[in-house]
Amino acid sequence: MSLPVLALQGVSKRFGPIEVLHSIDLTLRSGEVHALIGENGAGKSTTMKILAGYQPASEGEILLDDKVVSFGSLHDGEEAGIVMIHQEFNLAEQLSVEQNIFLGRELKKGWLLDKSEMRRRTRAYLDRVECTVDPDALVSSLSNSDKQMVEIAKALSRDARVLIMDEPTAVLTNRETGVLFDQVRALRASGTAILFTSHKLDEVAEVSDQVTVMRDGAVVHSGPASQIDEDRMATTMVGRDVSDLYPAKPRVSNDAETVLAVEGLTVPGFAQDLSFELRQGEILGIGGLIGAGRTEAMEGLCGLRTASAASVRLFGEQVQMKTPGDAQRRGLCYLTEDRKLRGLVLDWGMRENLTLQTLFRFGSFLIDGRAEEAALTQAIKEFDIRAGSRAVRVGNLSGGNQQKLLLAKVMLSEPRILIVDEPTRGIDIGTKQQIYVFLRQLAAQGHAIIMITSEMPELIGLADRVMVMRLGQIAGTLDEQAITEDSIVRLSMGLEATSSNTAADSPLAQDRLL
Amino acid sequence: MAVIGPVLALIVLVVIGAMMNSNFLSAANITNVLARSAFIGIIAVGMTFVITSGGLDLSVGSMAAFIAGLMILVMNAALPSMGVGVPIILLGMAVALIAGLAAGMLNGFLITVLGIEAFIVTLGSMGIYRSLVTWLADGGTLSLDFSLRTFYRPVYFDGILGISWPIIVFALVVIIGQIVMSRSVFGRHCAATGSNEHVAHYSNVNVNRTRLITYAALGVLVGIATIMYVPRLGSASSSTGVLWELEAIAAVIIGGTVLKGGFGRVWGTVIGVLILSLIDNILNLTDFVSPYLNGAIQGIIIILAVILQRESKAVNQ
Repeated sequence: MSLPVLALQGVSKRFGPIEVLHSIDLTLRSGEVHALIGENGAGKSTTMKILAGYQPASEGEILLDDKVVSFGSLHDGEEAGIVMIHQEFNLAEQLSVEQNIFLGRELKKGWLLDKSEMRRRTRAYLDRVECTVDPDALVSSLSNSDKQMVEIAKALSRDARVLIMDEPTAVLTNRETGVLFDQVRALRASGTAILFTSHKLDEVAEVSDQVTVMRDGAVVHSGPASQIDEDRMATTMVGRDVSDLYPAKPRVSNDAETVLAVEGLTVPGFAQDLSFELRQGEILGIGGLIGAGRTEAMEGLCGLRTASAASVRLFGEQVQMKTPGDAQRRGLCYLTEDRKLRGLVLDWGMRENLTLQTLFRFGSFLIDGRAEEAALTQAIKEFDIRAGSRAVRVGNLSGGNQQKLLLAKVMLSEPRILIVDEPTRGIDIGTKQQIYVFLRQLAAQGHAIIMITSEMPELIGLADRVMVMRLGQIAGTLDEQAITEDSIVRLSMGLEATSSNTAADSPLAQDRLL
Repeated sequence: MAVIGPVLALIVLVVIGAMMNSNFLSAANITNVLARSAFIGIIAVGMTFVITSGGLDLSVGSMAAFIAGLMILVMNAALPSMGVGVPIILLGMAVALIAGLAAGMLNGFLITVLGIEAFIVTLGSMGIYRSLVTWLADGGTLSLDFSLRTFYRPVYFDGILGISWPIIVFALVVIIGQIVMSRSVFGRHCAATGSNEHVAHYSNVNVNRTRLITYAALGVLVGIATIMYVPRLGSASSSTGVLWELEAIAAVIIGGTVLKGGFGRVWGTVIGVLILSLIDNILNLTDFVSPYLNGAIQGIIIILAVILQRESKAVNQ
């Protein structure tokens, strides 16, 4: 077996009081391709950032060539020959391809830049990844897949001993993926240690030597790729008990009114031809990978971004919602996944944030401050918002209290249909439970709820029905007993909902042709 | 400090002025300072809204010159048919208000609907209006007909109870502006838009409309300021209103409104305008420092104001 180059031993990571990685062991060997797989939020990205020196570990050791190291900065990692390619690219958009590839270590002739040599070498690196872009082209003018190739060329130019790639194939076509894997194999042959993540399990099986599976911040499986097939990868990634965190699901009666019927909803660039229905008293979960177009589809439905639909029927009435104001007036409200950048003005207090969406209720021209205060008192009580003082800056509230305030803000507009996007992201378990209970009560009172979430247990524990999206389309809808982690993962990965028919006739095979 | 800083600076200036020249606190001088402040002040109140909602308008000085030129041309042209009287003055005022509204709407349209940077749009329109007024005046000066000038003069020089009209109008604009900014739905929407456009959008605030209204309102206020300004000199030329935009922006910033947007206060802007006018006035009344250094001192005050803003922000976080 070849030599270990870079390894983690008993590495844990805490953000504040929350531990997100629990004693991780991981070893990268030279001349080996290592795949790291797991659900969203399993801790893959954090693990990779610690390996590359972007983030310090809270506990445990990083071994480089069997010696303990502590990377003081990103530069140390690069000095040691460790290169990481991020999921969201790390390129200067306004510089050319050549300038990016040599950024920070430009070649010089005397004290002037040696442009012709840098251009020549850039061409050579690009040729190795069969990328035809002009070295002088601005990065901002490139497609995502070309940017990915430029990142890879940049990594090649640094003679990396360890190459770490976070979902490198997410933006690539099949042909480009093939080119990338050829390069990966060439690098492996020359002794580079490679770690990559992917949600495409067939790729993992195709190119990797070792597979490590993470779940909830811990390694749950690690071993040679030959000993694990795609089905077992999926079941290993999953497999977790759903505790009694969730309120009981009352069955939605068959004669419940259909409150929302959407046909052919398309959000250009994100979602194509979605059709679905929502019934009164129902919680419809939308699952799928990050980037599957879930958020964009719902934002399009609510008039928050450009969208078209063959037909949208709201409470039996044919409607068109061009602005979020239209949607709000008709009783449809969207609660954003990004409470810090889209949900709340962090510099403001709770009162101004609470009433921003429904200011028209607090006066047609002048604002009735007393009514606002009363609404805040009510919201603090109803949603159990725990703030030191009423005047606290919202940015200083905990994530859970921010989320409750955001929920209170949206509920002030009295929506009959509420769309919540990642309603429990980054908040503690106690608050999560409160939000689950609240959503279930809301449904029981005759509202209808759509819940986008990347947390599997949430879909299973709370949703009455689950619609799984993949690549901007509905991959399948699951009812009652059919809602299992296994089937959701399979649908979001492009496999059939039920296990064990493979290769040729699976939807994955068709995807590969796209 | 961010709250009382500008007030303290104003008090210090008044004390210095009073010590240096006994005429400083005379009714005549105070009226003079306030009346001269009124033009910039009225415009600066509008600028406070534009900046609070995350915008900027560099065109207001040129716009004022252009509107003044247009007003004079229209009134002179109407003189033979309408004669000297209240109707022709009302016509001139209507022209100023409509031209201001149109110019502000145009800026706002280009910025919000077409999504071009406010800096670029208003830099462009600044050049356009400045050039138009020079062209209208054929490189020289446009003068209001003498008979009209005599009739119109009281709008600048007269008033009620010894308070001249520009001061009265300025006070009204400030009171209304302060109420709208701090108590109205629109003011809250401006602050939300400037604070975080995305949060505003996701909170169903019509971001584009809010911004458009701020530019349109600023245009109208430029029109009002011009209505007060024309009777003072009775003329307009390519040098009318030069650097008004920077004085207005400076006044807004000195008053504690955040240049990046998200927070604005109209009363602060008034303090800012008064500080700038007083520096000018004190330098003219005393021979301690050359009046030619007026710009330098104003510049220092502006930079100091921003440093104070930043430090108080750092303390908050």
